[in-house]
Amino acid sequence: MNVTDLFLPLIVISIVLFGALKGIDVFTVFLDGAKGGFKNILSIAPSLIALMLAVSMLRESGALKILCDTLSPVASFLGIPSDIVPLTILSPISGSGSLSIFEAVMKEHGPDSFVGQCASVIMGSTETTFYAITLYYGSIGIKKSRHTLPSALCADFTSFIISPKMVRLFLRK
Amino acid sequence: MMNYIWPLMLVFSFFCALATGKISSLSSAIITSGNDTIALLLKLAGIICLWNGLSAVAEKSGLTNKLCRLLSPVLNLLFPSLKDKRTKEAISMNITANLLGLGNAATPLGLEAMQRLQKNNPHPDKATNDMVRFVVINSAALRIIPTSIAMLRSEHGSEAPMEILLPALSTSVCALCAGLFMTWFLKRFFK
Repeated sequence: MNVTDLFLPLIVISIVLFGALKGIDVFTVFLDGAKGGFKNILSIAPSLIALMLAVSMLRESGALKILCDTLSPVASFLGIPSDIVPLTILSPISGSGSLSIFEAVMKEHGPDSFVGQCASVIMGSTETTFYAITLYYGSIGIKKSRHTLPSALCADFTSFIISPKMVRLFLRK
Repeated sequence: MMNYIWPLMLVFSFFCALATGKISSLSSAIITSGNDTIALLLKLAGIICLWNGLSAVAEKSGLTNKLCRLLSPVLNLLFPSLKDKRTKEAISMNITANLLGLGNAATPLGLEAMQRLQKNNPHPDKATNDMVRFVVINSAALRIIPTSIAMLRSEHGSEAPMEILLPALSTSVCALCAGLFMTWFLKRFFK
């Protein structure tokens, strides 16, 4: 058994148990809360449809591959292994896309190789930025995101540059 | 911002498809992407409803309140102008879920926090500074335990799936600092 598998059940149980011990009608309250979820889904649907269209068009048209090839020299200058470049381009825009590239890196290089470790650190320290912005702002009808995207992309970019250095520092002495 | 980036993505894809001769796969991508999105939304619907329900229970029982008090030094530092208690509670739930590496739980809790933030927004179509900071914190993916990545690593036969914990955590901290600095620096240019 994996210790991390315990987390989720423990959290769910403690929330429900704590509520029950406090004398709350846990079931009724849960239903009321869950009902609100459908409203959320409806409000994020339009923006998600737009984003997914762009992502699948970028992937299927070969545009992503062209971007990767162009950015490869820049990446190697910054100390990012070239096998990671597709991951850095996809990870801000598509969670499933970056996951499939991550899987490919794991298969080709192995999880304990330098490239594998870098990919793991990048996956563990970035979120799908475009998706998060679309979802969060879409749900409440924000049209002007102001400086969100540049700031968040800057955070992602920092992860890409720092991760190979951190892997060297902590795992390759 | 998305009003420029989104058309750019589409037009760029179209010309790349012309250049690489992949017009037919581009056309099928357009047809399937709508269906794919609805499938994703259905998958999300279950998770979102589940965590909305659980967070309602946690809130009514006062658990959220306790958590919020625990995190309040950090919250006051990150959101100095935020006074509303319920908004703070929603943000602490989201940050806790992120720290524990529960991405699926973090998203619905984050949506709830955004709704609370929106209540005090004088311009409902424009993001406030607090919203920007909140989204950037989420995109830095600060987590103590990288649960899902560790699981993937062990599936691929890693000898030490959790060894990325320290490098990933320190990378996240650097990314978070860079992102927060940018929100502070850029806010004056985007009115």
